[in-house]
Amino acid sequence: MLEIQGLRKTFAGFVAVNDVSLTIEARQIVAVIGPNGAGKSTFFNLITGHLRPDTGRVVLDGHDVTGLPPHRICRLGMGRSFQLTNIFPRLTVLQNVQAGLLAHRGRGRDFWSRSETMFRDDAEALLQSIGLAAVADVIAGTLAYGNQKQLELGIALASDPRVLLLDEPTAGMSAGETHETISLLQRIAEERGLTLLFTEHDMAVVFRIAQKIAVLYQGRKLAEGPPAEVRVNPEVRRVYLGEHA
Amino acid sequence: MSMPITNSLARPAVPAIRRVPWTLLIFLLLAPLAWIGSRYSIFLVTEITIDALFAISLNLLLGTTGLVSFGHVAYFGVGAYVCGILMKTYGVSFAIAFPAAGLGAALAALVFGYFCVRLTKIYFAMLTLAFSQIIWAICFKWNAVTGGDQGIADVPFPDMQWMDSIPGISGLSANARFYLLALTLVAVAIAVIGMITRSPFGRMLTAIRDNRERAAFIGLNVRAYELAVFVVAGGFAGLSGALYGIFTRGVFPDYVFWPKSAEVMIMAILGGMGFFWGPAVGALVLVWLNQEITNYTEYWPFVLGTMLLVLLFALPGGVLGGLAGLYGTLRRRMGRRDA
Repeated sequence: MLEIQGLRKTFAGFVAVNDVSLTIEARQIVAVIGPNGAGKSTFFNLITGHLRPDTGRVVLDGHDVTGLPPHRICRLGMGRSFQLTNIFPRLTVLQNVQAGLLAHRGRGRDFWSRSETMFRDDAEALLQSIGLAAVADVIAGTLAYGNQKQLELGIALASDPRVLLLDEPTAGMSAGETHETISLLQRIAEERGLTLLFTEHDMAVVFRIAQKIAVLYQGRKLAEGPPAEVRVNPEVRRVYLGEHA
Repeated sequence: MSMPITNSLARPAVPAIRRVPWTLLIFLLLAPLAWIGSRYSIFLVTEITIDALFAISLNLLLGTTGLVSFGHVAYFGVGAYVCGILMKTYGVSFAIAFPAAGLGAALAALVFGYFCVRLTKIYFAMLTLAFSQIIWAICFKWNAVTGGDQGIADVPFPDMQWMDSIPGISGLSANARFYLLALTLVAVAIAVIGMITRSPFGRMLTAIRDNRERAAFIGLNVRAYELAVFVVAGGFAGLSGALYGIFTRGVFPDYVFWPKSAEVMIMAILGGMGFFWGPAVGALVLVWLNQEITNYTEYWPFVLGTMLLVLLFALPGGVLGGLAGLYGTLRRRMGRRDA
């Protein structure tokens, strides 16, 4: 489903991502972990087109998407959420997901219809599934932090992605919010048959839902494998998990 | 999640206040002035009407898309010159010169906008300003076509004989007829801008305003959308410029000079750029204040500046923002009394 081959990115001589490859099967849930500065965010930005790799290829479902602008990659079926909450703060909650639906269904160039009622049922159904139906008419920027994160997921889902990249989906959340978010993610991935690639600091979350884990360290891929294997990998324990043990 | 689920179907799809045909209403309210208004009031309202279109066209960029253009006057000016030159130098009829002005301005916006949307924030703003100054320099120096610093004097009124066939109009003066013509054209233009604002395209613009990065990752080619709205806004600014040149019976380099960009931006912010009609209210307040204060004192720029300062500080959301806040407070008070 998503094939990453030998990605490399340098910033003024500093090698942020160094020859990282990763293969993700359809409907797989894969976590990318690593200490701060390991290159996780850069790695994500290379995949989603926000940065252009120096070398390497990104193949999404058979399409070479290397170096395409983000909006093209998005249209090819990749959704993403960002580390810092990234919503449309002055639109209502409903309008946020509706914007995603309009854009995805190619209605953005429609100058003459009335947008207010378009795809309203679909937007409401989507809000229902992420648990935000009750706040549909609230201005998104006034939502609580956890709800904004949920909404961001909703916007990403509006593009009906097959692959979803989540950059620290539970960053800054309380234990309860984290638990709810993870349950929500699992349910939605199951319902929609999504392939998930996510980064995460919270090891409990990682080991709870990931089917495969890739460990980045100083821009290199240190290990890759099922959670049970990564957990006992001595090198991983030394550079990373050891800090928490 | 633990959030309660309410029946959102009970909510009307489009709130009542947005179903009011405001453009038609305001048109019907203002049109009778042609018969009952004094020469002075017709003059004043004609100017406000034309400025309102200019300011609302700017707000497509400013309030709707979040693009700060310091050079919107360029397209107003191109429209004014295209219409003025066609009608005065070449004797072309208004029916052709007017749409040509809009198309000419849109074309200029397409060429300049192509470069502008490659930049963001203050760099975008500076480039729009630079392009508008280029247009000004051309208008100022190209004597053979634009009349240089003398401009184009005596731009003729459109032929308005045909209006005699409309009952009730035959007795009206040329100024009153032009007022009706301008009011009608502006009303149609504003109605079209309103449709665009409420369309899916308009929703995409607000998404870009709120968050460019996220907008790209719902699949929008952000630059293409920005260029599209830049061209649309430029075209409508050109239409308002064309009317303004006829209204003042001449087109001069001042119409393309940067202070006019500042003036139209003040209108938008003063009226409330978060509201569709905000810029029109701003045009009303600014033109009216300007006239009134000029009557009383020769230090009118000082007085006007002070009043604008106070207004902007007291009403950060503009005049309409202030009214909306007041309405909200009143409603809460009433609600509490009921409870």
